[in-house]
Amino acid sequence: MCIVELQKMRHDRTELYTRAIQPALWLLIFGETFSRIRAIPTGKVPYLDYLAPGILAQSALFIAIFYGIQIIWERDAGVLAKLLVTPTPRAALVTGKAFAAGVRSLAQAVAILVLSALLGVALTLNPLRWLGVVVIVMLGTAFFSCLSMTIAGLAMSRDRLMGIGQAITMPLFFGSNALYPVGLMPGWLQAISHVNPLSYEVDALRNLLIGTPGHLPLDLGVLVVAAIAGIAAASALLGRLVR
Amino acid sequence: MNGESGPADRHAIVCRGLRHAFGDKVAVDGVDLDVAEGEIFGLLGPNGAGKTTTIRLITTLLPARPGMVEVFGLDVARHRMAVRRAIGYLPQQLSADAALTGRENVGLFARLFDVPRRQRGERVEEVLAAVGLADAAERRAQTYSGGMIRRLELAQALVSAPRLLILDEPTIGLDPVARDGVWERIQEVRRATGMTVLVTTHYMDEADQHCGRIALMHRGRVQALGTPSELKSGLEPGATLEEVFRAYTGDRLDEPGDGFRDARRTRRTAGRLG
Ligand SMILES: Nc1ncnc2c1ncn2[C@@H]1O[C@H](COP(=O)(O)OP(=O)(O)OP(=O)(O)O)[C@@H](O)[C@H]1O
Ligand SMILES: [Mg+2]
Repeated sequence: MCIVELQKMRHDRTELYTRAIQPALWLLIFGETFSRIRAIPTGKVPYLDYLAPGILAQSALFIAIFYGIQIIWERDAGVLAKLLVTPTPRAALVTGKAFAAGVRSLAQAVAILVLSALLGVALTLNPLRWLGVVVIVMLGTAFFSCLSMTIAGLAMSRDRLMGIGQAITMPLFFGSNALYPVGLMPGWLQAISHVNPLSYEVDALRNLLIGTPGHLPLDLGVLVVAAIAGIAAASALLGRLVR
Repeated sequence: MNGESGPADRHAIVCRGLRHAFGDKVAVDGVDLDVAEGEIFGLLGPNGAGKTTTIRLITTLLPARPGMVEVFGLDVARHRMAVRRAIGYLPQQLSADAALTGRENVGLFARLFDVPRRQRGERVEEVLAAVGLADAAERRAQTYSGGMIRRLELAQALVSAPRLLILDEPTIGLDPVARDGVWERIQEVRRATGMTVLVTTHYMDEADQHCGRIALMHRGRVQALGTPSELKSGLEPGATLEEVFRAYTGDRLDEPGDGFRDARRTRRTAGRLG
């Protein structure tokens, strides 16, 4: 399943380039501005360094959260029905899709990290940590793409999925530690942040990339559990789409 | 295949009281069918008769209740995976992946059906050649004509060497030459492998020519069943299959008023005279 998605990506690369624009703007405009006015206390770490892993996670979130549209599109095109009549388990189909979404995120992660390095962000040079980044980005994207596919299975239509996707993206993003430390948030937002897998993804990425203190085992655990739960939920609802 | 293990096994499909409703709308309303192994069985009927719904129940896409459908003796409600393994399915919609090449499209289904890795390449080339697409295999499906896409989808359905091929309007929207092309491929593969074919179509000439037996569906029920010649001679000597179709399903035209029906009749008479 995943191989197919990769074959498609090979056929169409323009999408990858255009998708890199938005996170680039975030880094350049938001990052540069807030570095200058020093509005957000990030300790000894320059704000841009602090922000880069957050933008990385954000871009992965944006790719993943609308991934379910592809499932709806496949349903409308009759492709999904054909897939579901094969003996391949639903969970394998969903995992393949989630994995493919992860690879897309990685392609974009490369672009963001190159730009960050150019802007002077002090990124790690340790290859093991880079490997860790790959794993975390894949897991995070897998979870959010499964969330999107689950919503697709409930919403049943492209428009409703778009609506729900847009409604939850901003709370997920701002209700996380991507832009600012959790300590700055009001209590209720902190609570959101604590159950938000994005926070754990950002925490892990920050820890791996720029060496801020983090909770890597906890982050990894949360993301693994979230991804598995996401796959289970999405595969349970996949059949509903073709009824 | 276990041909000798009892009479029940000689049926590819057995439906008993098959029923499905979408909300209040009863789409399939008590269908009984026996499709024998190795035959080409045609499911005919007007738009909305319930043909696609019947097929989606047989292919496990819609939930059937235990006892309603058996495929090769396996209850569809209980043995979904085994049933899926036995079936090659071509949906009513054109559904090849336009972004992939012909070969990638077929290769995908070879993987999804667990065709062993070593045989995979060979199987894919074999079915691509069987549907006459070997030369176009490297091109993306978006450059294919309608007839080529349908043949590509046929290759996708055949790559797992299914014992039962289910085709929902395989020749929809195709020109007469392309239609013949699709049917020739189906017939060739069937002669070579002895697989069973369940097919729906709105083309009476195709059904007449290619189907061993036909069920005429209307309003979710089977209204008539038999070989094309039985159905024709059952109506009146010299009748065409189209006339049989109209005789069993014509009543739907009473609903909106008789204007339509009259127009159709006149056209038919005109056609005969001209
Ligand atoms: N997903 C669905 N939701 C609600 N109603 C449906 C759905 N699918 C089919 N129906 C209804 O069920 C009835 C049977 O539809 P079906 O698609 O089985 O007909 P068909 O014989 O295949 O027709 P056609 O020749 O047009 O393909 C129709 O009245 C249709 O409107
Ligand atoms: Mg139909």
